[in-house]
Amino acid sequence: MSFLTVVYASLFYLAALILLVGLVNKIAQYARTPAPLKIPTTPAPVTKGGVAFRLFREVVLFESLFKGNKWTWLFGWIFHFGLFLVTLRHLRYFMDPVWLPIELVQPFGIYGGMAMVVGLAGLWGRRFLVDRVRYITGPSDHLILALLIGIGLTGLGMTFVVHVDVVSVKQFFLGLMSFHIQPLPADPLLLLHLLLVAILMIVFPYSKLLHAPGLFFSPTRNQVDNPREERHLSPWARRLEQ
Amino acid sequence: MAKANLEVPELQPYLEIPEVTPGLMAHSRPFVAKPEHQEPLGFPGALVDDWQNKAIAKFGDLLSRYRSLQVYMDACVKCGSCTDKCHYYIGTKDPKNMPVGRQDLMRKVYRRYFTLAGKWFPKLVGAEDLTQEVLDDWYSYFHQCSQCRRCSVFCPYGIDTAEISMAAREIMDHIGVGQKYCNEIIGKVYKIGNNLGLPGPALRDTLEGLEEDVYDDTGVKVRYPIDKVGAEILLVTPSADFFAEPHVDGLVGYGKVFHEAGVSWTLSTHASEAANFGMFIGSYENMRRVSQRIREAAIQLKVKRIVFGECGHAWRVAYSFLNTLAGPWDFLDPRYPVPQHICEFTHDLIQQGKLNFDKTQNDDMVLTYHDSCNVARASRMGPTPGGQFDIPRAVIKAVCNHFHDMDEDTIRERTFCCGGGGGLLTDDLMELRVKGALPRMTALNNVMQEKGVTHMAAICAICKSQFTKVLPYYGMEMEQIVSVHQLVSNAIVLTPGDDDDLDDEDEEDDDESADDED
Repeated sequence: MSFLTVVYASLFYLAALILLVGLVNKIAQYARTPAPLKIPTTPAPVTKGGVAFRLFREVVLFESLFKGNKWTWLFGWIFHFGLFLVTLRHLRYFMDPVWLPIELVQPFGIYGGMAMVVGLAGLWGRRFLVDRVRYITGPSDHLILALLIGIGLTGLGMTFVVHVDVVSVKQFFLGLMSFHIQPLPADPLLLLHLLLVAILMIVFPYSKLLHAPGLFFSPTRNQVDNPREERHLSPWARRLEQ
Repeated sequence: MAKANLEVPELQPYLEIPEVTPGLMAHSRPFVAKPEHQEPLGFPGALVDDWQNKAIAKFGDLLSRYRSLQVYMDACVKCGSCTDKCHYYIGTKDPKNMPVGRQDLMRKVYRRYFTLAGKWFPKLVGAEDLTQEVLDDWYSYFHQCSQCRRCSVFCPYGIDTAEISMAAREIMDHIGVGQKYCNEIIGKVYKIGNNLGLPGPALRDTLEGLEEDVYDDTGVKVRYPIDKVGAEILLVTPSADFFAEPHVDGLVGYGKVFHEAGVSWTLSTHASEAANFGMFIGSYENMRRVSQRIREAAIQLKVKRIVFGECGHAWRVAYSFLNTLAGPWDFLDPRYPVPQHICEFTHDLIQQGKLNFDKTQNDDMVLTYHDSCNVARASRMGPTPGGQFDIPRAVIKAVCNHFHDMDEDTIRERTFCCGGGGGLLTDDLMELRVKGALPRMTALNNVMQEKGVTHMAAICAICKSQFTKVLPYYGMEMEQIVSVHQLVSNAIVLTPGDDDDLDDEDEEDDDESADDED
């Protein structure tokens, strides 16, 4: 087994571990922390089903962002939906045989990759062109965009410019999953693509990418508007009642 | 009324989003609380030794007690959706008044002390130590947020800057850097029972005066009882309602509605304040302590229901928090929500056809309605979402012939703060208050030009006080702001009672007046 394969196999085990442990920790922290007061941004749903629908609209349609800024919504939604399709397309590297829905989504995954890059470029452009957004942009915001665009461009590069031995790539990842490490092809574009993905996995639990789990725990979005009907009391507030 | 000499933004037909101009409002700071304002609230009197470590410890404590704070510190992606939504940014151009700019003042400290990225790569992620300069910025800019939650409507993760500025104020209070205005007022509630410090005899005197005025005006004896044991309804209303125009006209209106409803009601000297500034300073403990007074009054006066008068943040505390802070309310009549808003109460009676109005009494006015932020985005009225928008409008339309809404982008859930909410209604912040009113003044001016609107109604004591003060800066009249129940009061047709013809001989009808406790 080549040195390169060992390095990448280790890298992905490490990245997966950090992603998993980091995210589980963060989600546990969010779940553990009480929300002592009812603070949904109203008008808010008055039933749990209504809250689920509100969160669905936020996750799938970015409803609040649509209210806030149409350009950011457009680019943001294009990027995220593209990323979603790309992720579905990539699931084929982790299963054998490949599920039919994943087979069917393959061609759309390529459009997804293009959409992702277009969306990211638009979002990055706003960070230079809109003075208010420029003011709030820090180095880490640029780096995350560079990372994601890098992932998209290297991916598209392997589809349209320099083809790689995807069968071996699949063997490599299936091998990782069953702890039988298989050789990874030494294509520079592939190695760069995978390196960037591993970095993304590692920074995820320590960066603003936490907006993904965060949304589900946001009290202004996930609380039912029923404070008069049901008494809401957090454990630490209950202690004040003694 | 003296107008401070300051640069007032010029009203344009459209609201312009200004270019970022850093530092313009760094000088704006409210007076710092003195030891006598801090200590009754349980806070140290002056900046404590080792304040950095104590502030960080308090920060950590709040992160573990408030999920909102923990999630909101992490979740922001700097998308910019909120950047043009804050009235204080629009009015002042200072980027630290953009919601995300304000949040970042706290987030950079969070990152430095509570995240790996900020400990290892502070420059990369914009993490900073809590220095004196940062604390100064906190004091300035967390007192330039009216906690109106407009930003939270537009944030894809629902990040609510109000939660963050409340937490910042709580941290500052705990290291001895409190704001005089809020903390002094909370102390007055503890000591006397209301924000304005009006003692029981003064309240009684005011209410007797109102009874005489209403009798002189209408020939009908409408009662304004206080501390009446056994009344069905306890009315809790902002103390401004006892004190100043146009607030007091609203109080006159509540009394007339109760009179027509034929229910017995009472005010309370012990709970003579609906406002709860404990919310503004983010102090659960103080907010709870203020709220408990309402519970104590309800028990003492043996009432069956609680109704709140017109007050925005008070209605947030009442509707959203009162059950948490001072419940359970199992000793009250379960047929009614606890508490009810006076607009809900009046609206129900209108629906039942129990009130008669002569709408022409308001024909000298063409009205619009200002949705108060805490009512609009932090509470509800009635059984369905959005009732907080529809019910006050339905009440206004039932009593007025001429009503026009302002621009859709400035009402309902998108309403702009009056510019004086969140504990900023103090003369030491006059520049901020005038500039922060710009979006609302623009919308009002437009509807005045286009629809001939003459008056703006509101259901918030802070809004009413703020507009009374700020309208003249924009070339308008302070009388243009009116209470919703002032309009009700003008139009309501009173049913004469049996005792109306009796001479005004102060007959003893306050059957069981509770004893004053001061």
